[in-house]
Amino acid sequence: MLDLTSPPLLDVLHVSQSFSKGSGEMGAPILKDVSLTLRSGEIVCLLGRSGCGKSTLLRLISGLTRPTEGSVTLDGRTVDGPAEGVAMVFQSFALFPWLTVLDNVEIGPRAIGVGEIETRKRALKAIDTIGLDGFESAYPKELSGGMRQRVGFARALVVQPKVLLMDEPFSALDVLTAETLRTDLLDLWHDGRLNIKSILMVTHNIEEAVLMCDRILVLASHPGRISAEIANPLPHPRDRLDPDFRNLVEKIYALMTQRPEPKPLQTGTASSPYLGVALPRVSTNSIAGMIEEIAAPPYHGVADLPHLADSLQLEIDDLFPLGETLQLLKLAEFADADIKLTPLGRRFADMDVDQRKKVMGEQLLANIPIAAHIKRVLDERPSHRAPATRFREELEDFMSEDYAERTLRSIINLGRYGELFAYDEDAQTFSYENPT
Amino acid sequence: MDLPFWSPESRAVSQIKGVGGPSMSPLHAVAAYGRRALPNHWDVVALASILAVFAAVARAYHGISAPLGDAHLAAVSLDYWQLPYYALRTTLRMFAALFFSLIFTFTYATLAAKSRRWEMVLIPVLDILQSVPILGFLSFTVTFFMGLFPGNVLGAECAAVFAIFTSQAWNMAFSFYQSLRTVPKDLDEVARGYRFTGWQKFWALEAPYAVPSLIWNTMMSMSGGWFFVVASEAITVGDTTVTLPGVGSFIAKANDAGDWPAVGMAVLTMAVVILLYDQLLFRPVIAWAVKFRVELSSAQEVEESWVLRLLQRTRWVRGAAQPVFHFLRAVSLLRIGMPPVQKVKAFVSTPAARRGFDVVWYAGIAAVALYGLYSVIAFIATELGWADVGQVFVLTFYTLTRVVVLMALASLIWVPLSVFIGLRPRLAEAIQPLAQFLAAFPVNLLFGAAVSLVLTFNLNPDIWLSFLIVFGTQWYIVFNTIGGAAAFPNDLREAAANLRVRGWAWWRDVMLPGIAPYYLTGAITASGGSWNASIVAEYVRWKDKTVAAHGVGAYIAQATEKGDFPRIVLGIAVMAIVVTLFNRLFWRRLYAYAERRFSL
Repeated sequence: MLDLTSPPLLDVLHVSQSFSKGSGEMGAPILKDVSLTLRSGEIVCLLGRSGCGKSTLLRLISGLTRPTEGSVTLDGRTVDGPAEGVAMVFQSFALFPWLTVLDNVEIGPRAIGVGEIETRKRALKAIDTIGLDGFESAYPKELSGGMRQRVGFARALVVQPKVLLMDEPFSALDVLTAETLRTDLLDLWHDGRLNIKSILMVTHNIEEAVLMCDRILVLASHPGRISAEIANPLPHPRDRLDPDFRNLVEKIYALMTQRPEPKPLQTGTASSPYLGVALPRVSTNSIAGMIEEIAAPPYHGVADLPHLADSLQLEIDDLFPLGETLQLLKLAEFADADIKLTPLGRRFADMDVDQRKKVMGEQLLANIPIAAHIKRVLDERPSHRAPATRFREELEDFMSEDYAERTLRSIINLGRYGELFAYDEDAQTFSYENPT
Repeated sequence: MDLPFWSPESRAVSQIKGVGGPSMSPLHAVAAYGRRALPNHWDVVALASILAVFAAVARAYHGISAPLGDAHLAAVSLDYWQLPYYALRTTLRMFAALFFSLIFTFTYATLAAKSRRWEMVLIPVLDILQSVPILGFLSFTVTFFMGLFPGNVLGAECAAVFAIFTSQAWNMAFSFYQSLRTVPKDLDEVARGYRFTGWQKFWALEAPYAVPSLIWNTMMSMSGGWFFVVASEAITVGDTTVTLPGVGSFIAKANDAGDWPAVGMAVLTMAVVILLYDQLLFRPVIAWAVKFRVELSSAQEVEESWVLRLLQRTRWVRGAAQPVFHFLRAVSLLRIGMPPVQKVKAFVSTPAARRGFDVVWYAGIAAVALYGLYSVIAFIATELGWADVGQVFVLTFYTLTRVVVLMALASLIWVPLSVFIGLRPRLAEAIQPLAQFLAAFPVNLLFGAAVSLVLTFNLNPDIWLSFLIVFGTQWYIVFNTIGGAAAFPNDLREAAANLRVRGWAWWRDVMLPGIAPYYLTGAITASGGSWNASIVAEYVRWKDKTVAAHGVGAYIAQATEKGDFPRIVLGIAVMAIVVTLFNRLFWRRLYAYAERRFSL
């Protein structure tokens, strides 16, 4: 089905995107120099973790936002506004709650001036294709998540797009429902009943990508860019337990947990220390839980990531931040598709709460620059107090506002646990003053 | 499932299914259609009611367009049989004002939400307008509108309608603006992705999304409006006395005559009117608006309305309404306006140029504001000096004290009672509508009667008139606090009981923080209403006697009676400044704090 002879359906050329801050200057880039093509007859995945800009990329392609640099060409025409020939399916379904199923499906063609009778014909056909017959006059509120997303699909199909864009379409659904919808969609696609030429979907679910897509583009963050492209030649229907399937999943896990290439050596000075380590938001309880889980049987200190994700029911957006935090704290490290506890990590598993707090404090000071910096500032000041805004601003020299805020929140949480300092939310200040 | 008769969707459904469906023979289909086309008993009730409304409007319109001479001659009589007609006129004024408020809301708020530069001007203006004592306006508007329609009652009607409008429009516009600003991002992307034009997007997404909060605010506005409609029906500005047929003027006349039974009848009439409009209009609308709530969970409390159910079960009325809604839907989908382009680099593209344009814009606004300020000061200065300004500030301080003390007093009494009620669901269910009803009730109807007591017992007006200020507004505290207590999480109550937290500690650590956001919502509304009430409450007439307290409200009321415009302007200006400061420095901060710390 893949059409390699005609020109690509969609061409994204050297696209970069940054959003201007309130002050008018440009912020850190969300996407940097991204290029991709989409040909007729293929399903392509954009796979990445939250914050890697994959949804932004989808919005650039649909014409909802304009790239700061580069261009998007759809079917030979430059995209310079909400484009004809694409339709989007949303993670949140994005249905109008005050319209019935039929009206939700009809509103697209009606809005661009397709006649009432023609619209009705097309809408009923789309509803029929997607398996929603009988629900025409229901309101979205009355439907289950799976049925709502089917409405989302019907609404996208009814405008007869060439390219179907899907923004994590199954991630708001429960496991069983999501799987039904995936296979239904694949069946329709392979039977050629969808009447669309190509599908581009965003996901953070590795198995979903391997199950559905012919080509997988892995996105990395900071700034968002395509870090790998993986062809998926497995024949349909695909079996999740098939060894080839498992191998591909492992390969992608390994790709996505690779250590980023070492940062340019920047040690900083006492007056302007290097703070460029962003922390994800994770809870201390899940850190401890994760370490205990890996230390216990069947893993005994080394866990296969796909297996771990499956048994703990963790999405990679939960699993990877945890793993990375462990890696930053030198309690564990990634090796291919495995996560392995360090000797300290193994000891941590057996410690009591006070010992764990002590280890956490030490590891923070030794490995997380902002933790050491806060401590140093508190020590230096006679009042032993310092406002949070100061550290936020210092962090913003190294990362975007969002990341700075998240890192600060994280360090407050971890620092409280490690009893490095106290933080007063009302006054927004760090100090050593815990109630005694 | 039940489809509201007016929903365009109901038509869509009948079209898909066809009449009779494919499995039926044509004959069957016709027979079924015939049976279906017969009116049922619901139709009779609905039709009768609708015709009654038409007839009433026609009759009232006859009165409105009468020449002014008539109105003077046929001045309001104390004949009880006239009361239904007066009530009708009063109600129509309310709805006329509501109509204009909606138009204002749709235009003003939309402009503010869509244009950054207009937003900078319109939103602060709206904020100030909310704090201006509306009743003080009356004198200007009456003069203005009388000049516009000389010799016709229409001028006076317009003035009254405008007064009600000013009491309704601001918070409706605010709620609409806030809704427009918070349209869910994914729905907005759908609208843009499907290339809706501005017109289509407004009617398909923005307006429906705003419906629930707009309706809630409209209800609050209507409640507040009764107060102003009765105040604006009988007003004297200098030597112009305007008396419009209505419950308000009926009461004014009853007060002049000291006629207790007439006052009682008017109160009763008002109660019936409020009950009717609530049951016939607002309950159905609220029940209908449930479908516009965006949260997709269906586990919402069900809003019931017997009127809505009646309308949904009619056949003819539904059938007749469908083409109308089909037409409205078609209009809402007209491709008016441009389809959305990307966040286009506007014609001034560089940030520097944009900032330059901003500077010019700011400067323009500042110039207009300064000129406005200058003309107000110049106008006041024609007759008044600094001494007057000082005096008004002192009077405003008296009124401020009154408002603060009485709000505190009302809170002290009502918060414990409301919590007691709110924690008992059965009781709360019965009492909360009553409190809402009392908040809507125009208590200024009773002011004259209350004053007769002050006169009879020779009481000090500076103290005893003060109570009138919170007479009508305390109910906002009551029903909001009841709501808060009812929403207080049961597990926290149980935890407190389990830890044996009692007495003052229970109030301080458990209940008061829990109800704080609710209480403050009520208190802010009550406080705003109290300032307005002071204009009517500090200066009251009964028979031929007048009782006045010291305060800026009495100052404005007296100036209005004399037609002394510089004094009115000064009074309003000072009051508006103080109210704005009071809101900004006290209520807003308190509310923000409560939101941050105590929201559950």
